[in-house]
Amino acid sequence: MQPIQLLAPDGKLAENEVYGPYIAKLSGEELRELYRYMAMERRLDAEATSLQRQGQLALWAPALGQEAAQVGTIAALKSSDMVFPTYREHAMALYRGIAPEELLTTFRATRHSGWDPRQHNFQVYTLVLAAQTLHAAGWAMGIQQDQRTGSIPRDRAEDEIVVACIGDGATSQGDVHESMVFASSYELPMLYFIQNNHWAISVPTRTQSRGPLVNRAQGYGFEGVRVDGNDVLASYAVATKLSAEIRAGKGPKLIESVTYRMGAHTTADDPTKYRSNEELELWEGRDPIRRYRSWLDSTGEADQAYFEQVDAESKDLASDMRKSVLALEPIDIERVFDTVYSEPHRQVEAEKAWLKDYEAGFAEETTTEAGGTR
Amino acid sequence: MSAIKEMPMAKAITAALRDELAADQRTLLIGEDIGALGGVFRVTDGLQAEFGTHRVIDSPLAESGIIGTSIGMAMRGYRPVAEIQFDGFVFPAFNQITSQLAKMHSRTDGKVKVPVTIRLPYGGHVGSVEHHSESPEALFAHTAGLRVVAPSSPQDAYWMTRQAIVSDDPVIILEPKRRYWLKGKVDTENPAPDAFRAQVLREGTDATIATYGPLVPVALAAAEAARADQRSIEVVDIRSISPLDDETIARSAAKTQRLVVAHEAPTFGGMGGEIAARVAERAHHRLLAPVLRVGGFHMPYPPASQEHRYLPDIDRMLEAVDRSFSYQRGV
Ligand SMILES: Cc1ncc(C[n+]2csc(CCOP(=O)(O)OP(=O)(O)O)c2C)c(N)n1
Repeated sequence: MQPIQLLAPDGKLAENEVYGPYIAKLSGEELRELYRYMAMERRLDAEATSLQRQGQLALWAPALGQEAAQVGTIAALKSSDMVFPTYREHAMALYRGIAPEELLTTFRATRHSGWDPRQHNFQVYTLVLAAQTLHAAGWAMGIQQDQRTGSIPRDRAEDEIVVACIGDGATSQGDVHESMVFASSYELPMLYFIQNNHWAISVPTRTQSRGPLVNRAQGYGFEGVRVDGNDVLASYAVATKLSAEIRAGKGPKLIESVTYRMGAHTTADDPTKYRSNEELELWEGRDPIRRYRSWLDSTGEADQAYFEQVDAESKDLASDMRKSVLALEPIDIERVFDTVYSEPHRQVEAEKAWLKDYEAGFAEETTTEAGGTR
Repeated sequence: MSAIKEMPMAKAITAALRDELAADQRTLLIGEDIGALGGVFRVTDGLQAEFGTHRVIDSPLAESGIIGTSIGMAMRGYRPVAEIQFDGFVFPAFNQITSQLAKMHSRTDGKVKVPVTIRLPYGGHVGSVEHHSESPEALFAHTAGLRVVAPSSPQDAYWMTRQAIVSDDPVIILEPKRRYWLKGKVDTENPAPDAFRAQVLREGTDATIATYGPLVPVALAAAEAARADQRSIEVVDIRSISPLDDETIARSAAKTQRLVVAHEAPTFGGMGGEIAARVAERAHHRLLAPVLRVGGFHMPYPPASQEHRYLPDIDRMLEAVDRSFSYQRGV
């Protein structure tokens, strides 16, 4: 099944009756912003990878190659739409205004999460694959509940849809199935966004599914669209169309975004052990940023000065990020004690007090030794 | 003024759910067959008719889905009360409960609260088939971030349910299903003690039996029977498994100087061991015998035709009390 594509790898835009009009509506400014976010993410990714190599991050999961899939999709949403990400949605996070150092707290292992989900309508990253697809369904059930009862005053409910992000590997998890059953049965305002980057660590997509993942939607009774995830314009158009339909009350939809992870799964693995150079080269030829840049360039939507400005901005982002990441304060274990429960819990309090006393004991010893009084 | 009525435990829980649904629009019930049928134990009987299909939600047949979507609704400000049909079917939701529900508040540095209540009919002695008689409390008590309570009377069931729902933390209520039809007085005006505290139900001087949920009436009967042997047994209803009120248990043990802990769950790796260790830390010099445990065996819950040999009963409790008396200090 051919994915929807508007922009060919050589940077030529094809006519498309259904999806073309969504692109035609974008202003020059909006078109340039798509590029800017993709470029910024790529720079952030490179910097994070190098920070990890220097031992400054515990781990990094690069999104190299998936910039168009993510930016095109998130740009199609309203800022009031809640996103439930996995752990590789860096471009989407940046787009929602999450600062690089907030994004990297998890990876520097200073905290489990670095941002306030409500501030950005972007939930924290989830490492247990697919668990968040059920939280997304529950959030969507909450939207319906608000609509019916008016129990919680909110913005207009039709201004809210929910996006559940999943990888191709994660689609095999049972929670995805249960989430789709709930979404379909209750006609939830949900968009499933599958980034098929061809690999789940070292296991290819065909081990998760023999047919296109998009076909799964049909089994649950809703529509799915397969899109070229390396084409930011097609990604934008498809997400815009589907999200408008979801907003209009047509129930859940699914996007299978066909893209490619050009980097390692995480900085902990070695892709040369499981994939070929030819495959990588093929996908490098479909690079989403180069493709879009050449189109912007050829149409005159952006000029050399603009690209240079984005380059400079990316460079600043990288150096600011390096400083702010290195300056991240680790969470105190006292704070971890304090957040296990919302309300007091006897055992947690006792253990916290014990640790305090225990450590105070060491502090006294050190003072004594240093003071040389004994 | 107080409103006191006699009712079975199942009806006390129904009343508590009704009162919370009425008190707070954000409270929702979700589970399998809880609507028109009223749940397989009829605990939610009539509530859907009263509050509508959107507040009493018949879910798809999906335990992970019930808990996972409850988490999502709670994130949005609702207070879902999820019913899992039977103890043995909580395991498909185990991941959502332990890796998501329990950890959400902490992993978001306190920014996201998930006030989900999980109602779990649990325990044996109902003559049922496989997976309908289990006691998984230790697995949940071992997981930081969860609260685990077990009522033993209608009054407790009523107030524990209400207190669980208004708590901002996730709470698992282990409903002793063999006691659903146990009748007792319920005072709906005056709260029972704090759901997260233990309670001395019967005073005694010679030994303590501490237990919770379905075995509380058994312990009370054992204490009564022990009077024939001139033994005065104190009975502590542990009530809250996490947090554990080890202080109240240890105080009783220090007073009577002998402690037997009983539960239906297998003793190996169970709550009894945890309680024994904690009581020893607090009161070992006051004890005349080691803390003894009475519980199930290290085996899958057996076919019901053998459950009478598996489950602690009055005799097994009294045997443990005898054993406790057979220890002689310093000999
Ligand atoms: C439940 C679970 N099992 C295993 C893992 C370890 N793991 C982390 S990422 C990953 C592969 C995921 O692949 P995919 O869903 O395609 O997403 P991608 O990383 O390619 O973006 C695995 C096996 C996990 N995080 N969670």
